[in-house]
Amino acid sequence: MSDVPSELKYTISHEWVRDEGDGTVTIGITDHAQELLGDLVFVELPEVGAELTAGDACCVVESVKAASDVYSPVTGEVIEVNETLLEAPEIINDSAFDDGWLFKVQLSAEVELDDLLDADAYEAEIAE
Amino acid sequence: MSQKTVLYDKHVEYGGKMVDFAGWQMPVNYGSQMDEHHQVRQDAGMFDVSHMTIVDLKGDRVKDFLRYLLANDVAKLKEPGKALYSCMLREDGGVIDDLIVYYMNDSWYRMVVNAGTHDKDMAWINQQAPNFDVDVNERANVAMIAVQGPKAIEKAISVLPVDEVEAVAEMKRFFGVDCGEWFIGRTGYTGEDGFEIMLPESEAPALWDKLAHAGVKPCGLGARDTLRLEAGMNLYGADMTEETSPLISGLGWTIAWEPEDRDFIGRAAIQQEREQGVSQKIVGLILEERGILRGHQKVVVENVGEGEITSGTFSPTLKQSIALARVPVQTGDHCQVEIRGKLLNARVVKPVFVRDGQAV
Repeated sequence: MSDVPSELKYTISHEWVRDEGDGTVTIGITDHAQELLGDLVFVELPEVGAELTAGDACCVVESVKAASDVYSPVTGEVIEVNETLLEAPEIINDSAFDDGWLFKVQLSAEVELDDLLDADAYEAEIAE
Repeated sequence: MSQKTVLYDKHVEYGGKMVDFAGWQMPVNYGSQMDEHHQVRQDAGMFDVSHMTIVDLKGDRVKDFLRYLLANDVAKLKEPGKALYSCMLREDGGVIDDLIVYYMNDSWYRMVVNAGTHDKDMAWINQQAPNFDVDVNERANVAMIAVQGPKAIEKAISVLPVDEVEAVAEMKRFFGVDCGEWFIGRTGYTGEDGFEIMLPESEAPALWDKLAHAGVKPCGLGARDTLRLEAGMNLYGADMTEETSPLISGLGWTIAWEPEDRDFIGRAAIQQEREQGVSQKIVGLILEERGILRGHQKVVVENVGEGEITSGTFSPTLKQSIALARVPVQTGDHCQVEIRGKLLNARVVKPVFVRDGQAV
């Protein structure tokens, strides 16, 4: 069974969002998503400074078998990306919720986080 | 409705992630496709290929029949057990399927064809066979396990029944041997040495367990695809289809043009294509920038034209992205591939990347 940490927020497209409490969030793909994809071999990250709108395809993760878009769960500016993944995308397989984070965003509207799924709702979603 | 092979319960027991493939529930991996790939390159892995179709063809005129049905020439097969790779063509030269045929004796050949093409293959063969009084017998209740890798033969022999061990001991590559209810071929689809073992379904789960205990790890369809692509082996439905002739699919080497008076289905069409000049070819690509090559991406060859990737992946052995692509014949040693709107540089190479564990 996939891990679904209770302190994070989720999307139905399998991204997770961690509220850092200072108007910024950290974003990645869930453990369930990496399991579906299999061994990751390539990551394309957004540019630092890019302005994202919630729902934008902003990132690509590719496993041996398939490519998958990552959609920004929030609106705001990209302030940092996880460049370690460029050389070692398999970190996402090993640590989807920690070392495998993708990018950080300075939120333009904090209220959006309320629209995201909580852990129970996401768990129900992937159990279907 | 999805079918299950006799090894379905074993796949589940060994942690296989089951997916639908050509109407069959098959394992795509047992945890990590990458680990399974390396296991086959460095040691030994096994694949359930029981979904493939085994057909026995028997009759006094079976040789004439196959010389008409197949683009390669079974007359090349002189020693019992010798195998031949061939295409089966339509009249217009399109590829119905690729297959392996074994010469058993003068009135008996055994063919192994793809699972995804089962219905149309059987229909086509049954349509042609009556003219030669050939008996077409699709083997039921037979399982097939491919054991592949540099240590595959050693490990397989350690668990095979004694009669089978004697039969396979001296067997050369690309031969098969009939040992009663079992049939063992020294063939495969990975670019590594190994066996493909056909045996009664009732005995297959026990052999699977014995092989696993001998250190042969179960591998899924995912690794099978990256292994065959590294080895530069075509996949039916991707690298060739009914819409492409073998001449533009990297399969010209499998056509027996001699003797000139051998009439085989599709000959007139591909002979005309050859005389008029073939316009495309299959090449290997190695991506020189970051990204992953995938089927159907557009290939751009400067001052020449365009082509398309037929199969692409990340090569676990080379740690780079590789592909097979159909491109204009004038293509040189460099091209570009369009990935998400960007043109990335790729090197054009012969369509084989890895053989017997080594980068080519």
